[in-house]
Amino acid sequence: MVKSSATDTAPGSSNETTHPTPSAPEHRGPDTMTLGESLRRNGVSRRGFLKFCAATASMMALPPSMALAIAEALEQARRPSVIWLSFQECTGCTEALTRSFSPTVENLILDTISLDYHHTLQAAAGDAAEHAREQAMHANAGSYLVVVDGSLPGPKANPGYSTIAGISNYDMLMDTVKGAAAVVAVGTCATFGGLPKADPNPSGAVAVQDLIKGKPVINVSGCPPMPMVITGVLAQYLTFGKLPELDEYNRPLAFFGQSIHDRCYRRPFYDKGLFAESFDDEGAKKGWCLYRLGCKGPMTYNACATMKWNGGTSWPVESGAPCLGCSEPNFWDAGGFYEALSVPPGKSGDTLLAAGVAGAAVGAGVGLMARGKAKSAAKSHQTVTVDELEQQL
Amino acid sequence: MTSMDFLMLTKGPLFQAALAIFAIGLVVRIVEILVLGRAHNYAEPRGNAVVGGLRTLYKRFHTDAGTFKAAPFDVVVGTIWHIGFIIALLLFIPHVELIESTLGIAWPALPNPVVDAITAITLLGLMAALVHRLMHPVKRFLSTPEDYLIWAVTFLVALTGYLAYHRVINPYPLGLGLHILAAEIFLVVLPFTKLTHIFTAFIARYYNGAIFGRKGVQS
Repeated sequence: MVKSSATDTAPGSSNETTHPTPSAPEHRGPDTMTLGESLRRNGVSRRGFLKFCAATASMMALPPSMALAIAEALEQARRPSVIWLSFQECTGCTEALTRSFSPTVENLILDTISLDYHHTLQAAAGDAAEHAREQAMHANAGSYLVVVDGSLPGPKANPGYSTIAGISNYDMLMDTVKGAAAVVAVGTCATFGGLPKADPNPSGAVAVQDLIKGKPVINVSGCPPMPMVITGVLAQYLTFGKLPELDEYNRPLAFFGQSIHDRCYRRPFYDKGLFAESFDDEGAKKGWCLYRLGCKGPMTYNACATMKWNGGTSWPVESGAPCLGCSEPNFWDAGGFYEALSVPPGKSGDTLLAAGVAGAAVGAGVGLMARGKAKSAAKSHQTVTVDELEQQL
Repeated sequence: MTSMDFLMLTKGPLFQAALAIFAIGLVVRIVEILVLGRAHNYAEPRGNAVVGGLRTLYKRFHTDAGTFKAAPFDVVVGTIWHIGFIIALLLFIPHVELIESTLGIAWPALPNPVVDAITAITLLGLMAALVHRLMHPVKRFLSTPEDYLIWAVTFLVALTGYLAYHRVINPYPLGLGLHILAAEIFLVVLPFTKLTHIFTAFIARYYNGAIFGRKGVQS
């Protein structure tokens, strides 16, 4: 089992605890210990476990009676093998997950899955690490889960931008996914390309779902994503043996079904038209709506407003920072973070000015031509007297 | 294309394109009108043209009794939805933010529920105006396809804005994108249709008033 201390990343460094590493012999092949046994061994009380199940049931919009069913199913679940691939990422997703709130049942569930390969969390390095991945793929062919964080250079990009053990990210993903039951893309980089894909996208980064065809891909977006959402997806998979209902971006609907704006506790201020105009004005101190400070809550779908962060302590909007929209595609190129949602990216003022100048030049040209025509018509105007007209009759 | 792609398309390149077409088209027309000028009047002035022009510019906001008597529906409904549309356009907070980012000037806005109610009234007014246009034999006879086109683009801007605010169209980026697209269609159509009256009405009023002011008579 992998320990969840993200600080322990040095290759070959020894663990503080006695958890064996992914390459340890007992982790080769399917594990026989059930999740329930493992949780009890880790000191999770029955009460704590049921609370987690009830929270998971409610997050998935299931009736409360399903909590027990989830508990039963989870207790019986065999630890699935999980291969975690980290590509062009910042490790923020892993940090958020492992440091979410310690120790949580979520954390322990993550500990309890058979995490057979994870750069940051595994102690093994070099050939041993790659060997663990290959062994997990071989032993659990067809049934293991692949979790990916980070985007990767696409098939047309230079593979040299990101390699692991001399293998390009693209080759490693395609090879690992072949025998997987499903793929979970964690974080906005893996789900939508994230910061590596931001304009001008120097490494030709693409998202996982752009490459995987014929396998279910679940996207858990966010920068970082909510830990509870990652574990919720895993819990649902363990409970029902199938993947959750997904939205148009393949995100679990239970967590991404509602916008931040619709569940925001500051929403009444938006409806009343009370806005913070700067970060330290009276409105900001009174906790008014952050729309004018750039909040992207209205277009962002995530569970921050209901589940909050750090064990339910707070979340960005509660701490006075506008939502950046980090769980939405292209959020990094969607205009300034501190500009209101209605402000378009680009220099609209310059466009207007340039177009106005061009229009004025054309308008003046057309007007002057018409004037010239009128003048020359006036000049060539021939007068005629009544006598002359009468002579013509 | 996802709804977010659509929103970014409408907010980004389409908005810049619409803005450019709007500005070029409108400025060409207005500058052409101003450069053309008017025929020189050789008669001796009996009053001040500028004062007369400015007075009429303002006085045309008042409806004269005769017009009201002849077409009370047009005066009342027309005034209501025009004012409602202008308030929703200029005094809604997201719109003020957009104008500030484009023109660099801002002004205080109204609370959202007020703009919401005014938008609802505006939509009802626009619908009543269309029904009246279709029912009234003279109005229907006088109406051209262009009249229906500019009614539609005006109505769609207000309707999509109302739906986006109330988050009726899901997901929201699609609803907002449709509203922005409707506004862009409005901007593109504006310089080439009767919608130019938004700007030229004031030039016409001024010229009209100036002609009468120069003659020393009321207009």
